[in-house]
Amino acid sequence: MARLKELCNNPELFSSGHRACAGCGEALAVRQILLAAPQPVIGIMPTGCTEIFSSIYPHSAWQIPMIHTAFETAASTASGVIAAYDFKKKQGLIKDDLRFVAFGGDGATYDIGFQAISGAFERRHRFLYVCTDNEGYMNTGIQRSSATPYGAHTTTSPAGEVIPGKQMHRKDIMEIIIAHNPAYAAQATVANWNDLVEKVKKAVAADGPSFINVLVPCPLGWGHPGDMTIEVSRLAAETCFWPLYEWQDGKYKVNYEPKEKRPVEEFMKPQGRFAHLFRGDAGKAIIAESQRYIDAQWALLHKKQEALCTP
Amino acid sequence: MILAKTGNEALAYAMKQINPDVVAAYPITPSTEIVQIFASYVSDGKVDSEFVAVESEHSAMAACIGSAASGCRTMTATASQGLMLMHEMLFIAGGLRLPIVMPIASRSISSPLNIHGDHSDSLASRDSGWLQFFCETVQEGYDTLIQAVKIAERASLPAIVAVDGFILSHCMERIETFEDKKVKDWLGKWQPKWNVLDYKKPILVGPATMQDYYFEFKRSQIEGMNTALSVIEDVQADFKKSFGRGYDVVEEYRTEDATAVVLLMGSACGTMREAVDVMRAKGSKVGMVKLRVYRPWPHALLAARLGRFQTVAVMDRADTVSSYGGVLYTESKAALYELDKRPAMLAYVYGLGGKEFSLADATAVLEGAVAGKKDELVTYVGVR
Repeated sequence: MARLKELCNNPELFSSGHRACAGCGEALAVRQILLAAPQPVIGIMPTGCTEIFSSIYPHSAWQIPMIHTAFETAASTASGVIAAYDFKKKQGLIKDDLRFVAFGGDGATYDIGFQAISGAFERRHRFLYVCTDNEGYMNTGIQRSSATPYGAHTTTSPAGEVIPGKQMHRKDIMEIIIAHNPAYAAQATVANWNDLVEKVKKAVAADGPSFINVLVPCPLGWGHPGDMTIEVSRLAAETCFWPLYEWQDGKYKVNYEPKEKRPVEEFMKPQGRFAHLFRGDAGKAIIAESQRYIDAQWALLHKKQEALCTP
Repeated sequence: MILAKTGNEALAYAMKQINPDVVAAYPITPSTEIVQIFASYVSDGKVDSEFVAVESEHSAMAACIGSAASGCRTMTATASQGLMLMHEMLFIAGGLRLPIVMPIASRSISSPLNIHGDHSDSLASRDSGWLQFFCETVQEGYDTLIQAVKIAERASLPAIVAVDGFILSHCMERIETFEDKKVKDWLGKWQPKWNVLDYKKPILVGPATMQDYYFEFKRSQIEGMNTALSVIEDVQADFKKSFGRGYDVVEEYRTEDATAVVLLMGSACGTMREAVDVMRAKGSKVGMVKLRVYRPWPHALLAARLGRFQTVAVMDRADTVSSYGGVLYTESKAALYELDKRPAMLAYVYGLGGKEFSLADATAVLEGAVAGKKDELVTYVGVR
């Protein structure tokens, strides 16, 4: 288990002074992950919030080498960087073992860049792909993505007089990644930092493509005060909206069992994107459907854990 | 060594001799064989390259950018829709000044779907910051691909080497190849100034820029293209010296006393040479001007060479669908604008989707050039 004191002694590889909003979950995730990842690490990022707030020329928050090409190309660019490393390693031009971490938002991961991720995972490039999942296209001003949860208001799934927010449940990216038989896959939040740190270590140590889906609240897009980011993350885990679990070698492991599973309303209530659901009777049905879905997913996850775990 | 090779085989053979560090590629007709043959070189241990069989052309170019930014000599191959899918990434490779080299078996663009040769693909990529070479023969394709590696690395610009789809890519020619070692020694090693794997000197590649810096970056890239022509001329001279044969940016055929000439690129130059001979035998003072280098656009060179003719017929194997013909016509016309005495310029579009361009077609164009005047702005050759 990691200790904060130890982590504090590690060099800060993501500098302060970048341009993220106050309370940005994404910036927290990047910083925590780089503190935890064994060095040296080469970074790859697609276009998105992180890229914009960390790398406006002539400034850079990155203390590691970092390459950005386009929105849908984190995994494909990583494939080329890793091929170059493999070449140089074989030719004896690089002696050190380098590790590779790509940071992409949910737009770059679930949607526009998904094909490239699928390709890179099939080709077994050894790298960690981190999805900093804030459940929407926040960089362009809060549009829905396939990670946006049921009922949420975004600017392209607006809560209107007829349609109350997004009408579909979120895509289960974890199961899609797991179907690629990765070296490691896990889901984490920025609130459960110790869990996240341990997962990063496992993922980077795994010999092949690995994936961590980190829930990163977006105060601007989710409509909660910046000082509630950690609290909202914690509620996501406590309500089982965002189960903390991992997958390796065909086995699922739920890493966090809340003592008392809290109703999803508690996660939704502090967030403006769900505010319309608390204004009348119509919203109640949507909250009930959200709860039903979460309960079913949570139960299914445990079934998979039981069925696929060796006694 | 004298070998019988199709265009694709010759380009793949050149790639084997170049022995790039990384190749990331996706198959597409008519350039598939380049990738296929290269993959067998990899499987048979004939090259040291890392080969990444990516899942799309978009990813091919993204991976090439990642590899080149990591300091590796990097190549790919594509055509047509593949180049269209890469389009976004072409600009990023250009903006990052990465010397990726890409042979293309030029092909039309859908719709309607057509797999045959024209220049629509590379010409549609003309503003992406890539050097572009158009080859007349398989031999020229082989030679130019080797040259392009050195030119790209010296100019810090990516390079497309285009051979006409099927007409050259699938046509077997007698070619003279060089010894592996001679190619290797002539190319030497690429020594990039920076690379993203150098963790002891961490750098950020591909930053965001605002109004304060974007234009300055682009201006610097433009300057790179401005100076690339002299790099090409130097490398061409070096190539001639080392290998005993070579090419120029603009080449002329039987133009000494010509009054009317045809300007064109690619495999149709071969047909046009024949047509010039036919017309010359009949006493017409006609000639051909072949353009090998389309990017950088050699405007001053073209103005200097073309100004002396009475008529220049410009032949495009692609159309802009603008009602004003092809880019070779409009750009060469613009290049000659500053001359005190300008030739008459005629626009021809030919050979779209691999449409046969026959000796009779070529002769008809020359006859049109001699006549010097046309009823319509653009003549579409051989269209029913």
